[in-house]
Amino acid sequence: MKNISFTFLILALLALIVGAVFGTMAGIQYIKPDFLKDVIAFNKMRPLHVSSVIGWIILSATGGIYYYLTTVLKLKLFSKKLARTHLFIFIVCSIAIYYSFFTGKMGGREYLAYAPIISVPILVGWILFGINFFKTVVQQIKAWPVYLWMWGTGIIFMLYHFSEAHLWIIPHFRENFIRDISVQWKSYGSFVGSWNMLVYGTAIFLMSRIKNDENVARGKKVFFFYFLGLSNLMLGWAHHTYFIPTQPWVRYLAYGVSMTEWIILISIIIGWKRSLSKEKIKLNHTSYKFLLATDFWVFVNLFVALLISIPYINLFSHGTHITVAHSMGTTIGINTTILLASVFYIVNLEANKHLKSFEKLINAGYWLFNISLGIFWVCLLLAGVEKSIWLHFTDNPSSFGEMQNKIVPYMYVFLGAGFSLLLGILMITFPLLGGISYKLSD
Amino acid sequence: MTVRNQLTRKNRLVMAILVSIFIVYNFIIYTQGTSNNTPKMSELALQGEKLYQENNCTACHQFYGLGGYLGPDLTNIISDEKKGPMYVKAFLNSGVKTMPKFNFTEEEKESIVHFLTEIDQCGYYPIKGAENKVTGWVNMKYKNQ
Repeated sequence: MKNISFTFLILALLALIVGAVFGTMAGIQYIKPDFLKDVIAFNKMRPLHVSSVIGWIILSATGGIYYYLTTVLKLKLFSKKLARTHLFIFIVCSIAIYYSFFTGKMGGREYLAYAPIISVPILVGWILFGINFFKTVVQQIKAWPVYLWMWGTGIIFMLYHFSEAHLWIIPHFRENFIRDISVQWKSYGSFVGSWNMLVYGTAIFLMSRIKNDENVARGKKVFFFYFLGLSNLMLGWAHHTYFIPTQPWVRYLAYGVSMTEWIILISIIIGWKRSLSKEKIKLNHTSYKFLLATDFWVFVNLFVALLISIPYINLFSHGTHITVAHSMGTTIGINTTILLASVFYIVNLEANKHLKSFEKLINAGYWLFNISLGIFWVCLLLAGVEKSIWLHFTDNPSSFGEMQNKIVPYMYVFLGAGFSLLLGILMITFPLLGGISYKLSD
Repeated sequence: MTVRNQLTRKNRLVMAILVSIFIVYNFIIYTQGTSNNTPKMSELALQGEKLYQENNCTACHQFYGLGGYLGPDLTNIISDEKKGPMYVKAFLNSGVKTMPKFNFTEEEKESIVHFLTEIDQCGYYPIKGAENKVTGWVNMKYKNQ
């Protein structure tokens, strides 16, 4: 079973590297429009970047869950055959997605820009994962800790919202543009919430293991926050679409629910960190360090997320790079640091000596990653402010091209930070890839 | 019954209530919640939308501020006095700056313009003259309402 988990993790780390490379090349195209334009124009480069990064999140969370269920919790997996089929389907789908982009056979929906037919096997993969997860856990654990609830609901809601993202195929949705775009962004908001369930569940699992205290994942308070998060996933999506002319009550409800967002995870992390002894931290030093980085990024992104969920502020931030700062800050700063903490935890258990020999490189990569991300994030915020001024506070606005030229200085710094972020990712992932490959061939 | 089992029973109950709310909520969203006075999209506009998707125009362009940031928002490009249908048609195959060099036929260009025209009739973006409230809420002007 370990081989399947390790293969998921290797694919995930490769997807992270590939995603970062495409992201950097997309950044170059932002400044030099002719860069690779005839080979991979931006309409292909961006989905290559986005799909790879989504692949990193999904594959690393999945590989971690398979590993934790079977190796750490020592549960007997319901079916190895299903897990192998799940892995095989996701490998084939990954190849098909890249093929779809390189050949230009695209479906063109934001985040799911590949040919829509590929979604069918992806859905089958999630169903297999769901069957395996529930059949394994239901039969062997009676009172579930919160991370099992989070993983379970993450899988179920991912299945639902991934399907919902394809409702545009049905004429009732496709023929009504406002309904189509609203449901499209409803599904995106909620499927990001679904993968967050998988990722945050992993964070809580890691905390309970590093502290060696299962109470981190049990109790009324923990479940209160879990259900609050789930309510956000279900009902809080509409802050992405305040300005689409849907019924006003949809937006009122979203505004109310959105305000509770983010407080959830930070409260749990703070409580966990305060009670952690130094001895236990030493044993899982790198995982702990990455969770500390998560802590920081949750704080800064919490601030921006709460602000831009207020409709009056959203009016000015929406449609600008401030939204990109929010989404990249959460994807890289929060999801990626949690998932790297997870991979480090696993490799530390499996190939501790191997990791030790790369300690300095990993430490340097860790700081490069976080500092670069900070610069990257600030550049996006500043570019967003510039675009917002152009959109809302200029009586006789210049052309879009002129506005783009104005933000070029920020984009140069952004690109530089992007390059060093890529370098930081390489410094962190190579030792991990080496450790997992060594165990896989062992 | 242990405390843990009691908590599990309560959790299941909360989950059942939330899922029930979610089912009703989704049904309303798919029908009344997203209802509007915009006419059904024409066959020609749907063909334009298909081309828009197949060429992944959303990688660069936006509707209602949603999409990529390399190109301009297209929600009201047709009714924009400085732009309009001819401007859009001229731009489509131009290949200027980051815009890929497309080879759309006249019929295809017409269908894309139709798609953009029908979107333009749905609403406004960016929102101008919104009325803000002390609660942080914003009242907006809708088209067709």
